[in-house]
Amino acid sequence: MSQAFVAQNLNSYRTGPDDRGHFGVFGGRFVAETLMPLILDLERHYEAARIDPAFKAELDNLLTHYVGRPSPLYFAERMTEFFRSKAADSGAPGGAKIYFKREDLNHTGAHKINNVLGQILLARRMGKTRIIAETGAGQHGVATATACARFGLDCVVYMGSVDVERQKPNVFRMKLLGAKVVPVESGARTLKDAMNEALRDWVTNVADTFYCIGTAAGPHPYPAMVRDFQCIIGDETRRQMQEAEGRLPDSLFACIGGGSNAIGLFHPFLDDPSIEIYGVEAAGFGLHDKHAASLAGGRPGVLHGNRTYLLMNADGQIEEGHSISAGLDYPGIGPEHSWLKESGRVTYLSATDAEALAAFEQCSKLEGIIPALEPAHALAKVGEIAPQKPRDHLMVVNISGRGDKDIFTVADHLGGM
Amino acid sequence: MRLGRALTAQNAKSMSNASSTRIDRRFKDLAVEGRAALVAFVMAGDPDLAASLDILKALPKAGADVIEVGMPFTDPMADGPAIQAAGLRALAAGTTLAKTLKLVADFRREDQTTPIVLMGYYNPIYVYGVPAFLDAAKESGVDGLIVVDLPPEEDSELCLPALAAGLNFIRLATPTTDDARLPAVLTNTSGFVYYVSITGTTGAATPDFSATARAVERIKRHTGLPVAVGFGVKTAADAAAIAAHADGVVVGSAIVDVLRGSLDAEGRATRDTTPAVARLVADLAEGVRTAARAPA
Repeated sequence: MSQAFVAQNLNSYRTGPDDRGHFGVFGGRFVAETLMPLILDLERHYEAARIDPAFKAELDNLLTHYVGRPSPLYFAERMTEFFRSKAADSGAPGGAKIYFKREDLNHTGAHKINNVLGQILLARRMGKTRIIAETGAGQHGVATATACARFGLDCVVYMGSVDVERQKPNVFRMKLLGAKVVPVESGARTLKDAMNEALRDWVTNVADTFYCIGTAAGPHPYPAMVRDFQCIIGDETRRQMQEAEGRLPDSLFACIGGGSNAIGLFHPFLDDPSIEIYGVEAAGFGLHDKHAASLAGGRPGVLHGNRTYLLMNADGQIEEGHSISAGLDYPGIGPEHSWLKESGRVTYLSATDAEALAAFEQCSKLEGIIPALEPAHALAKVGEIAPQKPRDHLMVVNISGRGDKDIFTVADHLGGM
Repeated sequence: MRLGRALTAQNAKSMSNASSTRIDRRFKDLAVEGRAALVAFVMAGDPDLAASLDILKALPKAGADVIEVGMPFTDPMADGPAIQAAGLRALAAGTTLAKTLKLVADFRREDQTTPIVLMGYYNPIYVYGVPAFLDAAKESGVDGLIVVDLPPEEDSELCLPALAAGLNFIRLATPTTDDARLPAVLTNTSGFVYYVSITGTTGAATPDFSATARAVERIKRHTGLPVAVGFGVKTAADAAAIAAHADGVVVGSAIVDVLRGSLDAEGRATRDTTPAVARLVADLAEGVRTAARAPA
């Protein structure tokens, strides 16, 4: 698969997807015929909504008063100093100035709510009364259950039975919010199987049901739609950095599972060529062992409605990912990231479970902020790269969620907490 | 895929029309006979490849007119529990796409007339490589393909190259495929049209037969191709009810369930596995043959 859509010929990285939902060769609409009319209908409604000022006004109002946006852009002073002293120890006078984009402070504790509110308002416009969602760690499930409670909609969340077991507090939160949580017993009983089961539900309940996908993946128009709803992260960051420093940042960091928090931060900056952009995948036990880094260790394939990098065997059978973070534990990735990797605009790195755990502890102690294990992967790479940058280098890392949900997992690994 | 881009729908179609396939011939013969076809689905390699070959060989004798061979996939998003489990059994037994093709080749050595349709999902084919897959499928004696997650919007991927290679590409039409969309679905379809009788996964609720009859009629207004109906057909009586109005009846989950019921505690084939499947298929075939055909 040689990539001819070369970067030097592109005027912009922000024009995708094309009208068939392709980002280069990635993306598309690989779904059963039963769903095809629904997806075309969703696309029509979304295209109408996105240019409707009333839709935008309603969403903006919720984002301000219900979610608590804008989320702060916070100068991580002690972390900055820590890496500067580390740089000085190695004889270099550098160390970037580090900012956190605080998506962890949103209502429900992560960036997921930005997308969910957009999709739920769209579902209401379409007259849908029943919402289904898939969830891995439970963050998207909680956000969906929250928005459904807010609007009085029926909510069914599919969750692999393995994840139900390891994310009990979020299962309870969803139930408290009035959602029905369905443990999925098929396949490997994790996130990919939850997505299969949600698709099976949608195929069955086509008339009244809206499928609220949690990341920038799936059949067109989901990858573009979810990205658009998450772009508020990058749009705010641009404005806030201008206010704080009078200029744009020099580098951006975000973790990647499906990649919605990352694409939301990155997309508004893709056409600023001087800005370095880093996505960090979950390397699990290491790239030569079990991991969830689809770009680093996978190949292009077709799953869940789109062509993208996937973890699979030589026969095209999907393999289970592994990450300490259930939110990154998915064998695929949003198609726009696959395209951004091949076009070279974004640099994709990976962090192991152990590196993420160390960064999790470090951030908690240096900043009094307990990050989720997902952004701890991004922080792990910040710790490697920040000391190499000059002192006037402005670095932004997306703290996509808070770590309350992870404290038991971390305690298990670190022991005796 | 690259081959597909170079083709127009038009010339791909005319190329496939150049020679009729075993599927075309079988439906033509049955139309003369005045009855519907029984299309029997089994998963390749379920519970293992040797047992699978034994079952395949028994199907035509039991009365199956067309055989659908499932290509196992880890993530069959349009299938219900029975076929999901069959796929996992087949994968656990080491089935791959290459071995599925060899299974068909082994069957074809002794049977030159029963049409074989491969049914499954796109990823294993994409990973195998479309041109290599089409060559191997032709070589093995495959007649048609049903690939659930390739709607007409993605025809350049596999549909057009398959038609150009002389294979039938059989598309699913569903209750959500309205009159406005049907022409798009039918454009590059060949062999037969597979009408999915319910909105749902394979093996789910039994369809409403009168609604199914109306749907078949609706599709026939748009195409001269035979229309087979599947999803939720479980008994000889179901098969007879559908055969009264359609050109074919597809049964999958019910067969796979009987197969599963014949396995031992470790999930291995027993002496009763092939006979159990053959008994059900004979029963279904009887249902199809006794159906009162609606006047054409």
